[in-house]
Amino acid sequence: MTPQQPADIALQMSGIHKGFPGVVALAGVDLDVRQGEVHVLLGENGAGKSTLMKILSGAVARDAGEIRIDGQRVALATPRAAREAGVGIIHQELALVPAMTVAENVLLGRAPTRFGMIDGARMRRETVALLQQLGATLDPDAITGTLGIAQQQLVEIARALSLNARILIMDEPTSALTERESARLFDVIRGLTARGTAVIYISHRLDEIFAIGDRITVLRDGRHVATQAVQGADRRELVRLMADREVDERIGGGLRNGGAPVLHVDGLTHGTRLRNVSFTVHAGEIVGFAGLIGAGRTEIARAVFGLEPFDHGRILVDGAEVRIRSPRDAIAAGIGFVTEDRKREGFVPGRSIRDNVALPILARLAWMGFVDRARETATAETAVRDLRIRTRSVQQAVRTLSGGNQQKVVLARWLATGARILFLDEPTRGIDVGSRQEIYQLMRALAADGVAIILMSSELPEVLGLADRVLVMREGAIVGEFSRDDATAGNVMACAVGA
Amino acid sequence: MVTRTHWRHVVAGREAGTLLGLAALCLGLWIATPFFATAANLANVAEQSVIVGVIGIGMTCVILIGGIDLSVGSLVGLAGVVVGTALQRGMPVAIAVLLGLAAGVVAGALNGVMITAGRLPPFIATLGMMSVARGAALLLSDGRPISGFPDSLRLLATGRVFGIPAPVVLMLSLYAIAYFVLTRTVFGRYLYAIGGNEEATALAGVNVRQQKVVTYALSGLSAAICALLLVARLNSAQPVAGIGYELDAIAAVVIGGTSLLGGSGSVIGTLIGALIMSVLRNGLNLLGVSSYLQQVAIGVVIIAAVLIDMALRRRVHRST
Repeated sequence: MTPQQPADIALQMSGIHKGFPGVVALAGVDLDVRQGEVHVLLGENGAGKSTLMKILSGAVARDAGEIRIDGQRVALATPRAAREAGVGIIHQELALVPAMTVAENVLLGRAPTRFGMIDGARMRRETVALLQQLGATLDPDAITGTLGIAQQQLVEIARALSLNARILIMDEPTSALTERESARLFDVIRGLTARGTAVIYISHRLDEIFAIGDRITVLRDGRHVATQAVQGADRRELVRLMADREVDERIGGGLRNGGAPVLHVDGLTHGTRLRNVSFTVHAGEIVGFAGLIGAGRTEIARAVFGLEPFDHGRILVDGAEVRIRSPRDAIAAGIGFVTEDRKREGFVPGRSIRDNVALPILARLAWMGFVDRARETATAETAVRDLRIRTRSVQQAVRTLSGGNQQKVVLARWLATGARILFLDEPTRGIDVGSRQEIYQLMRALAADGVAIILMSSELPEVLGLADRVLVMREGAIVGEFSRDDATAGNVMACAVGA
Repeated sequence: MVTRTHWRHVVAGREAGTLLGLAALCLGLWIATPFFATAANLANVAEQSVIVGVIGIGMTCVILIGGIDLSVGSLVGLAGVVVGTALQRGMPVAIAVLLGLAAGVVAGALNGVMITAGRLPPFIATLGMMSVARGAALLLSDGRPISGFPDSLRLLATGRVFGIPAPVVLMLSLYAIAYFVLTRTVFGRYLYAIGGNEEATALAGVNVRQQKVVTYALSGLSAAICALLLVARLNSAQPVAGIGYELDAIAAVVIGGTSLLGGSGSVIGTLIGALIMSVLRNGLNLLGVSSYLQQVAIGVVIIAAVLIDMALRRRVHRST
């Protein structure tokens, strides 16, 4: 039986099933994508989005179901077969060779040759032509690793174009981009769709879904929940479809007047990356740091936490100057740091929740070097309960948890150290809407308990929604300060870009 | 306290497959040649596994943190010669033994310093030390074996405890200690954490550098202990002793299921790995298989063990 389909359907997936040992990842999912549309795939982590896209890109074999591209049944047994069928994928973690040039990456594996030698001139020409289609003016000879993430993304997109991708999967492409870079990416996407390319767009950010999407498909627990046009869609309704529960998208929360000052940073300077940065954070206060990527927010946290040296400046905790030369010193001073790159710096993936939570306090949990397992387990179990980490037991490896729960483990670790000053750098990056709300609530609860929180985020709504006070950074310096009431998106952005 | 669930964990863990392999190997040899299962032969097999077994303890720790130590074979030679020279110059046995152990610890710690402070890849640092230590052993002994030692030292090789050869008892005690250190102590847990994600561990306030230096020093120490056993057994300190031991030790660690990427594995696995290698050699000898073919067989076992291990691990990973 051949299903009836309109001519403009680029991709039709029907009844896709996929099980992994012990889990059903996809239970009969349907998805159809039209030519020239941006089709948003929405769902919490674990909803099956990634698995579905892995099947489409040939990385994972499906157990059952049919895939048609331009009406033709396709097997897509390998990534190569998927590429040849016109499916391109831009991964969240970019798959480029950092040490190679832009041109070499764009034409990786398919470099044009002349008499068996790589034809450099032609390679550059072809790359420039592809990049021009994207409206990008990158140097084809630039070493890819030296480029910013936004530019590297363009390299990936150019590569997909060179493979004649007609269906392009983008997995959270803006998660590391500034707002301005995101806007540029959207222009590129519009250019692609105008030429008939179908884009499947995975994102957690409702704002950008409304900015770029044409239709939305919501997945939940491996099932197709709804497909609808973006126009006229209701935010709360979408969040409800994803999470199957009412979630208050507004972060809200009352303003507290700060307690005693706990952290005072005075004149922190490091070359041109940090210029005379001074600020104070009070107990129970959430201070938001806004600014473009590269404005120096992360550098502050790394310097205060003893990960980066600085030229001069003082750090005072509870009014007394502390010398911090390593994370050990910082932890001893009561400082915790949830880093931006959770996978690389946040946790030990192969170890259990218990081992991860206890890691910074193992020495405290030990007697004569022997770890007190009972206390260790109790600490981890308390954390799992308090932070509502969804897991079978504290023995479960952190690798197997969802992004939101992994982030909670990282938070739990710092709470276990008794940190009273907490730096959170992009704490909700790559985390689904439901878990985000929980992390926001946790931050509020911690602040209410008197923890001083420094929130660094490139998502303006997050900063505006949570912070009692917003500091704006530009080019390594603090260039503005807004109270909660004065901190509007317009004010803060204008300050961040120097308008 | 060792609880019952704990033992179940050990038995059901990744060592189970390796242990099963060892059991199958023993069973096969027992059927093929009745002499295999005699007490004398089994004691022999155990004794043969001691050298690789002892070095394997330090090597397991080094590999757990994602490193490698190629210098241990040369350190066996160097530590042996240090002991021999000290005895030759009339020092008491206890002092000579301490000097030998110190030589291993210092050289190992130097490896650690080159890797941490000097930021050298472990492969390069220990490759250099491999040559330096061998050269030092040859210089110190003028290239000649040193022989004729007091009986008290020889007792280390010839003694028996409840009928079990002393080296075997020593090896098993060292394994018991290492097992508890790795699973129960802060030090051991840091090793797994560093191998699993070094940056996250440093960020958690662990002094990663110090931990690494101590780990390489321990590897040097286990090489030095091995040197003592060898000197006692041969009644002679040879500057060329221990050539190739580093590769045997790495093989035992890998057969035992410890990941060369670091972060996962155990000393129990290494002990089983060392036993598999020694049973295999012994069995093939009993069966009259040529030593050339034995080399081939051992290579095949290493590759097969890792292939099976990887296949099992992929299945576990898939389920996540």
